[in-house]
Amino acid sequence: MSRRRVQPLVWLAFSAGGVAAAVLLPSLALLFGLAFPLGWLDPPDHQHLLAVVGHPVTFVVLLGTFVLLLVHSAHRFRYTLYDGLQIKKKRTVAVLCYGAAVVGSGATLAVLWAAA
Amino acid sequence: MADSIRLRVSRYRPDTDPEPHWQEYDVPLRKEWTVLDGLNHVKNEVDTTLSFRWSCRMGICGSCGMNVDGEPRLTCATFLSDHAPGPVTVEPLANFPVVRDLVVDLSDFMAKLPRVKPWIIHPDDHRTVEPDVEYLQTPEQLDAYKQFSMCINCMLCYAACPVYGLDPEFIGPAAIALAERYDLDSRDRGERERLDVLVEHDGVYGCTFVGECTRVCPKHVDPAAAIQRYKLKAAMETVKAFLLPRGAR
Repeated sequence: MSRRRVQPLVWLAFSAGGVAAAVLLPSLALLFGLAFPLGWLDPPDHQHLLAVVGHPVTFVVLLGTFVLLLVHSAHRFRYTLYDGLQIKKKRTVAVLCYGAAVVGSGATLAVLWAAA
Repeated sequence: MADSIRLRVSRYRPDTDPEPHWQEYDVPLRKEWTVLDGLNHVKNEVDTTLSFRWSCRMGICGSCGMNVDGEPRLTCATFLSDHAPGPVTVEPLANFPVVRDLVVDLSDFMAKLPRVKPWIIHPDDHRTVEPDVEYLQTPEQLDAYKQFSMCINCMLCYAACPVYGLDPEFIGPAAIALAERYDLDSRDRGERERLDVLVEHDGVYGCTFVGECTRVCPKHVDPAAAIQRYKLKAAMETVKAFLLPRGAR
């Protein structure tokens, strides 16, 4: 490969985000949506969760995961608009989708920073 | 079981017909008859003007692919009784220009196929191995690529692929599966050359992993997996290109 390309890297982030979404989200939904509210498991208390979120390693892991999830959603939504809805304004769609992912990543950073 | 079934066949002659139209034929419904047998009955006994491709009648040659009831199928392996009571619609393979009736123009694929260099590339071939000596492989080395070598170029995967339907520039499932077949061959050294072709904008990243190619393949090749493997291979090479100095790659 003579030229450096961006597309393989975007795909790698998309792919990693897909794995994260498939593995992490169902377990989080199970824990915080069913297991804790229905009392199957004892929920961690607020102080404990805040301490976990405030740890630098958690900060990096959560930020990385959310950025990948956002890239994944942006990429998938972009192709849904291209192929599913047959929208022809490709550049606009790409800018809007990936732009939303960038804004979301910024928001993630702000939320995590506030918790840390 | 009724003794006949109706075929609803797409007829089209681009030079005289403004657009394709349907023509219906009743053919004998026999347990062992395939859609291709029905079409041959029409051709031999009813209407000699009907055009379609076929050759081996046993799923080897890959020439009798058509859309049967909307689904890309080898007509020699599609039994009429499975589509009873009918009518059974028979159309040319989707996503290809029609030459006449059920015959499609494959020149697009024929131009794309050599681009992925589907042959063994080995710079030392005639220095390390005499041309008339067998190049031995272990059963494990054969198994590595055997699945992908089963492709018969029947084009069902192209007819099923929505990406190819939307963007005819996309190099397509069978070509990529064949590239993977040679990449995985222990005798081959052409991986880099193929990757250079497949990483282009009309290459593997055109695929959105719908997976229809794998579902319709009559030879149980898995083109969707080949494409995913290529995406990962290309991504890893790109990461290496970013991280490593030129000499270490």
